[in-house]
Amino acid sequence: MSIIEANELTRTFRSGRQSVEAVRGVNLRVEAGEIVGFLGPNGAGKTTTLRMLTTLLRPTSGTARIAGADLATAPREVRRRIGYVAQYGGTDPNALVEEELFLQARLYRIPVAPARRRVADLLERLDLGGLGKRRVGSLSGGQRRRLDIALGLVHDPQVVFLDEPTAGLDPHSRNNLWEHTRRLREDLGTTVFLTTHYLDEADALCDRISVIDHGRIVAEDTPANLKRQLASDVLTVEVVGDPAAGQRLLAELPGVRHAAVTSTGGIQVTLADAEQGITDVITALSGAGIGVRALQLARASLDDVFLSLTGRELRDDPQGRHSSIPTTEGADHVPAR
Amino acid sequence: MSLLVDIMLVFQRHLRISLRNPLWIVIGLSQPVAFLVLYGPLMTSTLSITGVAPERAWQTYVPGVLVQLCLFGSAFVGFGVIAEWRGGVIERLRVTPVSRVALLLGRVLRDVALLVVQAVMLVLVALPLGLRASVPGVLVALGVVTLLSLGLACLSCALALTVKSEDTLGPTLNTGLMPLLLLSGVLLPMSFAPRWLDLVSRLTPFRYIVDGMRSAFQGEVFTVTVLSTVLVALSISVLSVLLGVRTYLRQSA
Repeated sequence: MSIIEANELTRTFRSGRQSVEAVRGVNLRVEAGEIVGFLGPNGAGKTTTLRMLTTLLRPTSGTARIAGADLATAPREVRRRIGYVAQYGGTDPNALVEEELFLQARLYRIPVAPARRRVADLLERLDLGGLGKRRVGSLSGGQRRRLDIALGLVHDPQVVFLDEPTAGLDPHSRNNLWEHTRRLREDLGTTVFLTTHYLDEADALCDRISVIDHGRIVAEDTPANLKRQLASDVLTVEVVGDPAAGQRLLAELPGVRHAAVTSTGGIQVTLADAEQGITDVITALSGAGIGVRALQLARASLDDVFLSLTGRELRDDPQGRHSSIPTTEGADHVPAR
Repeated sequence: MSLLVDIMLVFQRHLRISLRNPLWIVIGLSQPVAFLVLYGPLMTSTLSITGVAPERAWQTYVPGVLVQLCLFGSAFVGFGVIAEWRGGVIERLRVTPVSRVALLLGRVLRDVALLVVQAVMLVLVALPLGLRASVPGVLVALGVVTLLSLGLACLSCALALTVKSEDTLGPTLNTGLMPLLLLSGVLLPMSFAPRWLDLVSRLTPFRYIVDGMRSAFQGEVFTVTVLSTVLVALSISVLSVLLGVRTYLRQSA
């Protein structure tokens, strides 16, 4: 039995006479011990789905079982078995770190003595040792985020829901948090269901990814499979000799989706999977007596997958990080100019 | 039993946070004390012109300030609820198995506790100024203050959780409270009012609260006036707690 099982979950919001279908039939399966990423552009229904799965919002229709408890008939049982770490943490700046953890433990009815031990454990485990007596408001962003996560783990839940766990954190804290998330699964077998705006995060951390758009799941697979199916690796080869001859040759290779000569005289090859394709390309070129001077590989990213699934970028990226990755369309247009 | 444990846990949490900032308790008290010290002598000498003895004047004025403290002290606790809602605290607690009712009552009881402490301090401050009052009467009045602040704090929390915006909550409370305060006769007894105003005032609940608390302060504890005050306070309290509980239950899935 899957640890998260959602069937045709829908949620309609009413504002005045208008009704908005935020989620229109979401089906999800998450197995115990998986780390699953839940992605979607803003307004796609991501948060609404998460709020339904964590008992904060009643679904308009559909059913779900979380860790074996039915969402509609046993929400309290669901709450006992899950941990939820909201995007905005939910700690009081004037409370002490250990106070917040201890309260959380007591709310789950962990007796006083074990609760104290548990608090000490968690502080150690999440690198918050020595911060127990500090006010929450005096913690750094990364520390506060780790406290939020510790709060979600107090009762050893079978499933943890993390809403944008690394939003607003510096790169160091992000990596640190990924490490903690991985250890959670390795040490305790906890299932992790997380939403994120960062595709590199989903790529680095998640076994599987579900993409939601317009209130429906539009793709669900491992990051590697999604990239293979929905995005391409792009290899740029600089050759000694005639690039046009090389381009004709490479275009015929199996596994090559597209080959074009670039304005700088290189060959740009779009591959379904670079791991297999790259040797074929080199072998073919050297077989035809065309020397390879340089190779540059741009691996498919989840950004490409996302763009091809939703026609949108996951977020407005001020650095334009993924627009710098060459695309096949780009290569086509270069010679025409 | 489990509900009581939850209420206690939530109460302790909020109380700890409040006690970490005792300044707020002092700030909350500063306005009523200012009313007492800076306006009280004026009020009592005005009353004495109309033939009221100074002792009587303080017995009339202090219960009014207590009701004022009660109205403004507890009606604005909703702001804290909105801040918590924004900070995700309410959501975080709602995902635990904690009783929704405890989330309301635990927090409101903290507010009531602080308010009663403030009320006691207010009475003590009034003593050197000239207040002489019946001890059982003051205790009854403090009981009324407790009931009233419990009710008002619940209403405020329910309203806060419904509107979820400080910009709406503030004006709504002010609009509602100001006429109630004026009509209750807090500042000057309604016995000075023209007949129509006196009649309108009798249609508002706080009129009875203030009248009864004044009687109690004067030592007339076992009277119909005081009994009706206690009943009015009790009704406000019960209805408001029910409304608050309903709102807190409805807000969760």
